[in-house]
Amino acid sequence: MSLNVRLEARAPIPVTAEFEALPGQILALVGPSGAGKTTILRAIAGLLRPDHARIEVDGDPWQDSARGIFLPPHARRLGMVFQTWALFPHLDARGNVLAAMDRPDPARADRLLQMVGMNDLAHRRPAALSGGQQQRVALARALARAPRVLLLDEPFSALDRTARERLQAELARLRAHLTMPVVLVTHDMNEAQLLADRMAVVESGRMIAQGSVAQVMADPDALRAIGLREAASLLPATIAAHLPDGLTQLDSPAGPILMPRLDGAVGDTLRLRIMAHEVILSRARPEGLSAQNILAGRIARIVPGQGPGVMVHVDVGGHEILARITRRALAQLGLQPGHTVHAILKTMSVARDHVAARGATA
Amino acid sequence: MDWQALFLSLRLAGWTVVLLLPVAILGGRALAQARFRGRGLVEAVLTLPLILPPTVLGFYLLVALGRESPVGALWNDLFGHQLVFTFQGLVVASVLFNLPFAIQPAQRGFESIPPVLIEAAATCGMSPWRRLWRVEMPLAWPGLLTGMVMTFAHTLGEFGIVLMVGGAIPGETKTIAIAIYDRVQAFDMRSAGVMSAVLVLFSLATIALTYRLSARIGGAR
Repeated sequence: MSLNVRLEARAPIPVTAEFEALPGQILALVGPSGAGKTTILRAIAGLLRPDHARIEVDGDPWQDSARGIFLPPHARRLGMVFQTWALFPHLDARGNVLAAMDRPDPARADRLLQMVGMNDLAHRRPAALSGGQQQRVALARALARAPRVLLLDEPFSALDRTARERLQAELARLRAHLTMPVVLVTHDMNEAQLLADRMAVVESGRMIAQGSVAQVMADPDALRAIGLREAASLLPATIAAHLPDGLTQLDSPAGPILMPRLDGAVGDTLRLRIMAHEVILSRARPEGLSAQNILAGRIARIVPGQGPGVMVHVDVGGHEILARITRRALAQLGLQPGHTVHAILKTMSVARDHVAARGATA
Repeated sequence: MDWQALFLSLRLAGWTVVLLLPVAILGGRALAQARFRGRGLVEAVLTLPLILPPTVLGFYLLVALGRESPVGALWNDLFGHQLVFTFQGLVVASVLFNLPFAIQPAQRGFESIPPVLIEAAATCGMSPWRRLWRVEMPLAWPGLLTGMVMTFAHTLGEFGIVLMVGGAIPGETKTIAIAIYDRVQAFDMRSAGVMSAVLVLFSLATIALTYRLSARIGGAR
C-alpha cells in the first residue's frame, strides 16, 4: 500500500506537489503556515478537487483528472484526524468510533478505544473530554475504517505542551499498528523530526525538498525555508540508567549522553533531537569544561550556506549530527572533511521535548 | 365552541407540517450549505410571506390557484373540481405561506453545524444521505422542530389568506380563526371567547417550547 500524489491546484492557493508515501512510514509535510500543506492533505482526502491531479493508492486512482476520475471523500478508504479533531458532539467516544465503520462492530470499537487508552471514557461525549482525550478518540475513529491512508492535519497543535509531548510519544508507540502510509501535516519541526520517517518541505505552494529527515536537513534550500534555527539532527539512544543526582544516562552510538531526568524505563529507546546551533566543535578533546556531553567524531561534509554560517556534518558512531558554526570559526580551526572533531553538547541543550519514544517498528 | 372548525384547523396544520418537513430539511440544508447563483434572491422571496399583508398574499394565491389559472385548470382536469374554496386548496396555500416559518429555523439549525463536522463525516465514509441522517439531522433538529412548531401554530391562527382562498365553508374551509370571526359577527361573544382562549393557550405553549429548544441549540455548543 503506497500513496502516490501528483497535483496542481489553483485554489484556494496555488499548490504544486509530487510525492510518494510508503506503507508504515510517516511522511511529514512541513513548512510555514499558509504554504499549502493542508491544501495537499485535503486534496488527498477529496475534500477539495485540484484542477490537475493524479492521486493513487496502490495503483487504484482516487483522482485522475486526465481520465475524469474523482472519488468523493466517502468513497476513499482513508482516516483523517483534524486539527480541532471534529468529533461528533451528539455521540459519545464509542459512538464516534462506530460512526466511522461501514458495518458497526462494537467489539472492534472497544479494542480501538483500548489501544488509544480511552476505554474507560468510552461513554463520554466530546464536550466532557479534554483536548488530548478528544485527539485520542479522533485517532481511534480515523483507524476505525481500516484506512488505506491515514491523514493527520496538525493533530497536536491545539494541545498544551504537556499533552502534546505525551500524545506524540503515544503516536510513536502506536507505530506498530500503523501499517498504511501516514501523512502528517505540521509546522512544528520538532514534531516532524521526532515522528517522521520522511519529510517534504512545502514553501509558497511548492515542494522544495523531500527525503529522509537527514537528507532534508542536509539541504540548504530546505533549511532556508524551515529556518536555520530549526536545523537539527537525530540520534537514537537508549535509557541506560537514572542516576542519583537527577540525571539520566543514555547510551547512543556516539557514546554515553547525560540528560536531565527523563520519563521512561531503563531500556526504552528514544530519538534525541540535537539542535545544530547548540553544538560546539573542538579539534582537541576539551578539558575543564562544564559541559558533560562530548562526542568524538569525524567530519563527513561541510555544506556552506548563504550568510556567515556553514553546516558541518559530523559522523559520530555511524550517525551524522549537524553543527552550525560560522565561516570564521571554520577558517580559524582549519576544519576539513576527514578531520577528527569533538562535538560538545551542553547537558541542557537537549531539551526534554526533543525526546520521543520510538515505536517497536521504527 | 365550534369543534368542527377546531378539528379542521388541526387537520390543516398537520398536513402543512407533514408536507413542509422534507421541504424544510432539504431547503434549509441547501440554503445553509450550498453556494449557488441566485441564493440571495431565493432567500428574499422566501421572506416575502413574512412581510406581505395576508390579504395581498391571499389575493395572489386566489388568482394563481383559481379556475382560470394553469394550476387551477390542471387541478380541475385531474380531479373534476376546482382547487380554491376546498380543503386541498387551503393546504396548498398554507404550505406556501408557511415556507419562511419552516425553512428559516431549519436553515439556522443547519448553519449552526461547523463545516468541519460534515467533512469529518465524509472522511468517516458517510455518503451525503448518511451524513444528513447520522450527523446533520441530529445536530439541526432543534431548528427543524422549532420550524415545525411555528408552522403549526401559525397555520391555526391564519385568517386573511384562509378567507381569500378558502372562504368559510363549514367542514371544508372554515377554520377556527374564521369561526371566531363568524361568532363575533353573530354577537356570540361567549363562543368567540372560548375559542380565542384555546388559541391563546396553544400559542403560549408554542412560544415556551420554541424558547426551550432555542436554548438547547445555544447550549449544545
